[in-house]
Amino acid sequence: MAHKWAMVVDLDRCTGCEACVVACHAENNIPTAGDDQAARGRANHWIRVESYWEGEYPDARLRFQPVMCQQCDDAPCEPVCPVFATYHTAEGLNAQVYNRCVGTRFCANACPYTVRFFNFYNPVWDKPLNLQLNPDVSVRSVGIMEKCTFCVQRIRAAEVQAEGEKRDLKDGEFNPACVQSCSPKALVFGDLNDPNSEVSRLANSNRSTKLLGELGTLPNVTYLPRGV
Amino acid sequence: MKKTPEQIQQDLLRPMFHSSARYWVAVALASCLVLAGACTFLYQVYTGIGIWGLDSPVFWAFDITNFVFWIGISHAGTLISAILRLANATWRRPVTRCAEAITVFAVSIGAIIPVCHIGRPWLAYYLIPYPSERHIWPNFRSPLAWDFFAIITYLTGSTTFLLLPMIPDWAAVRDTSTGLRKRIYGILCLGWRGTPRQWHRLETAMHVMAIVIVPVAVSVHTIVSWDFAMTPVPMWRSTIFGPYFVVGAIFSGIAALILAMALLRKFLHLEEYLQPIHFQNLGKLLLTMSALWFYFTFAERLTTWYANEPSEMAVFWTTIRQNFAPLFWTMVVCNFIIPVPILAIRKLRTITGTCIASATIVVGMWIERFLIIVPALEHKYLPYTYGHYRPTWAEITLMASSFGFMVLLYLLFAKFVPVISVWELKAGLHGAPATPHASTVISVPVGSGIEDNPLPGDV
Repeated sequence: MAHKWAMVVDLDRCTGCEACVVACHAENNIPTAGDDQAARGRANHWIRVESYWEGEYPDARLRFQPVMCQQCDDAPCEPVCPVFATYHTAEGLNAQVYNRCVGTRFCANACPYTVRFFNFYNPVWDKPLNLQLNPDVSVRSVGIMEKCTFCVQRIRAAEVQAEGEKRDLKDGEFNPACVQSCSPKALVFGDLNDPNSEVSRLANSNRSTKLLGELGTLPNVTYLPRGV
Repeated sequence: MKKTPEQIQQDLLRPMFHSSARYWVAVALASCLVLAGACTFLYQVYTGIGIWGLDSPVFWAFDITNFVFWIGISHAGTLISAILRLANATWRRPVTRCAEAITVFAVSIGAIIPVCHIGRPWLAYYLIPYPSERHIWPNFRSPLAWDFFAIITYLTGSTTFLLLPMIPDWAAVRDTSTGLRKRIYGILCLGWRGTPRQWHRLETAMHVMAIVIVPVAVSVHTIVSWDFAMTPVPMWRSTIFGPYFVVGAIFSGIAALILAMALLRKFLHLEEYLQPIHFQNLGKLLLTMSALWFYFTFAERLTTWYANEPSEMAVFWTTIRQNFAPLFWTMVVCNFIIPVPILAIRKLRTITGTCIASATIVVGMWIERFLIIVPALEHKYLPYTYGHYRPTWAEITLMASSFGFMVLLYLLFAKFVPVISVWELKAGLHGAPATPHASTVISVPVGSGIEDNPLPGDV
């Protein structure tokens, strides 16, 4: 049976440690932008931890909300690309074809979550970061869009491995880098088509909600809001 | 005061044969601006568009503002000239060619800008549906692909519309010049002999083009507006955008036309041809468009405010009251408060008056496009992602360069083509002889209907 990859974010568990952000940068060859560019709003984080203050001092609370590409089933970014550089895969992923992208940035404007990023310059890694590039992931050049892939390289590797061993993929057999590094287990990844997977159980719980669900984008990321 | 056909021809062809030093200074200045833009573009291709002020989430700003602005300006010409031709408004005769030329040049600039603005301009050909070994076509669901076809169609159509009535004038140039010029214009005029059959065909072709170009012009700016209206961005996803953009385009187009006509009148000494009545009539059209523009802006703002949807209100207040309020109210003053009294009061609707109104409108309409694009992108749904945009030297240079390019094209145009249609003016002479002058091959066949319309100055 085909897979439908999905993620659940338990906001009760997120401590805002941003280990997921670091892991994502390392796994996906995302360059660091540097102080100057980051201050100009050009830091590319495929996953980010949004922080919102609630209440007034002394009852103020800091709330965290990790946001990555929601891999929408009805993604606003997909139809607007004039060259098919972004499209929907059979496994429900919103894929970006780097060498097809001409850089109109229309997808980034259409995305309500602002999780698509543009390469304003060619990427540079300060030494010794240049020695730790992941060989499984393309390095993106200047002028193209990039975004969270749910670590598609890990998905493919696990699928190939399972196929070679003539077995089905097990739930939790592999995880995207952000999920793997999330120590409070706020992020859960899995196959929605497997009714017994943890991600299915959580996504169908009564706490389940979607980020900007009212826009009708049908995200494959589910948020479990804070209880208190 | 009445002019003979020979005088008209002499007056209108003069700029092609004699150029003042002032003309060449203007050409040099405009060329410098174009060169500065070209260098900026090459530098940008070398480094990346990081040299612009764009950031996440403001991925479009000056680039697309200029694109919409120039496509808007292009509605000056073809649309107005087509409507005036179809309505048989006789005062149109000295105006149509200046207007059509604005269209062709503004669309050309508008077509270049998207190529310069994309991240990898050397791959812009991916938007063309060409047979490729990868079997990938453009995505016909994308408004940008529609844009591509709309603009190409409009460029082709408006160029044809501009070139058709030039044929008899080029024949006149061929007959009055010698040497290389005679040879070139002899090729350009496609063997025009001025026979009744040729006149008939020209008239038919122009009539067909005038009818065809109107829906094309309307569709072009509607499709440009859909670049915004088809996305779920607050204050962009709006059904009003199609007609709103078309109205704004015609509005800024007429303003640009008035400015261009005033400049031509002054620098080419065409005072006797571009008369106050032309400015007054265009001023009335401009007044109508200003009222329409205000109506659309009011309707858009009122419905947004009344619906009170949070993500849209964030954009709404930033334009009305917060960061962008100075720009917003400047736009209202430029597009409505200054032009309306000038254009509504007969005494103020002079050449100077209409020029002042047009200048403020051109500025105001540029701001309008900027205010549609940037505040909405700065305030997309999640407050954490709110951004801030500030242009850099590169964007300002490219924008100045687009204006320089327009001026340069127009100056060169005035050098190579009579900016006022000679034969149409001659045809408009009241009681003009059916066959004007023996030395020219320009003739107006009896009974074609075009010889009956008097030149406004003559009535």
